[in-house]
Amino acid sequence: MFTSLLSKISSRNLTCGFHTTSCLNEVRLLTRLRVVDNSEIGKRAMAEGKPPKVICVYNKQRVGYIGDRVMVAIKGQKKKGILVGLKQTQKVKVPKFDSNNVVLIDDNGTPLGTRIHVPIPTILRTILKERTHSKGADYTKLLSIATKFV
Amino acid sequence: MSLALRKTTDIVAATKWILRRGCLNLSTLPEKSEVLEQSGNEVKRRSGRKPVNPILKCRHVYPEFLPDPNPKWRNSLREKLERMDMLKRRNQIEIPEFYVGSILAVTISDPHAQSKTNRFVGICIERKGSGLRAEFTLRNVVDHQGVEIRYDLYDPTIHQIQVLRLEKRLDDKLFYLRDALPEYSTFPFDMDPEILPEGTPVPINPVQVKLKPRPWLERWERQELKGISNIEEHLKEKDRVRRELRKKPWEKYDLMLQYRKTIPIEEQNDIWSEVYNQLHQLQVSQKKISRKRTYSTPKTQLG
Repeated sequence: MFTSLLSKISSRNLTCGFHTTSCLNEVRLLTRLRVVDNSEIGKRAMAEGKPPKVICVYNKQRVGYIGDRVMVAIKGQKKKGILVGLKQTQKVKVPKFDSNNVVLIDDNGTPLGTRIHVPIPTILRTILKERTHSKGADYTKLLSIATKFV
Repeated sequence: MSLALRKTTDIVAATKWILRRGCLNLSTLPEKSEVLEQSGNEVKRRSGRKPVNPILKCRHVYPEFLPDPNPKWRNSLREKLERMDMLKRRNQIEIPEFYVGSILAVTISDPHAQSKTNRFVGICIERKGSGLRAEFTLRNVVDHQGVEIRYDLYDPTIHQIQVLRLEKRLDDKLFYLRDALPEYSTFPFDMDPEILPEGTPVPINPVQVKLKPRPWLERWERQELKGISNIEEHLKEKDRVRRELRKKPWEKYDLMLQYRKTIPIEEQNDIWSEVYNQLHQLQVSQKKISRKRTYSTPKTQLG
């Protein structure tokens, strides 16, 4: 009887002896994103239930933060996009969204769609202006198609 | 040696606390302590004990004035300085009484926005931290997209914190709203503030939310939440068995656990006697201002 009790206790210890934490929800390689603009390819991919996958994040850490440029695989094509809302825990006063949102752009920074139908964080305005250089890509066009800022 | 000494002093303090506790739970958690307090009051009426110190009720209205009970993070000087700074900030702007489940509108100055100010409305789903690090999280669903923003309570960029609806919910944290149907966390930005008649206790909203089907962000079934109505229909037999296995029914009898989670009554008395007068004065002056605002005499029309 004693041994059975001991074995019970040890098995209980095995099952709940380790500590688990919640996941970080980072945007990295092969993360699924949600396209939030009304571009044709994005709309069709979301309707088919095949949201785009990240295949590259263009920064040193290879982890996408707000305003970062990513390359996504969408409907068998390679497209570039900008992260406009993240699930991950954010800094104070920066909104945290329920999904990882992306807006598709082309190489010049011009968005493929004409309307963004979810709110956009205001901090993106500053971030994208900083990333825009006079002769490089112009990302601020994305801000003009946004409908709402939070 | 010193460790052993500290341990013995800890035990002595705990036994003192337990002996003198007398059914009064000192936690800052709103509902649970309230219920316990009520039962404690009944006991008191029967046994004829002296009434509770009224300034101890501040711990629900201003929970951030109490330090974190973990002795590792205690520092009496820092706590005192922080309290002074908090009072100074409260002299500058009105930080109203609110609870988890209240609906707030926060206006901050935002250098990134075009109008340089940003207003967000949402339900408070979490309130944590103590001292100047106190923070709260607002949640809303805007254009079918769930948005959450975390604010520091004593952030100097905050222009205004307005309570649109003062109420409590059944739970201490409302993280399950992330997995609930979106209508439970949708609030219009042009909501009008609802004014409670003076002297009424803060109402508890007994609404029970419906969860979306799985997958969920957390294992809600293990957390003994009262604010969820349809959790049983999403569970499998396996989940029910594991919930039973992980239950900790002994925790409510664990006096040491409660002691470690709360600030002892002597220390609370010190803290509240230090700040109560100023807080009370602030409350009175702000009430006057708000009365002026609500009963403004209409201007007589010319002609």
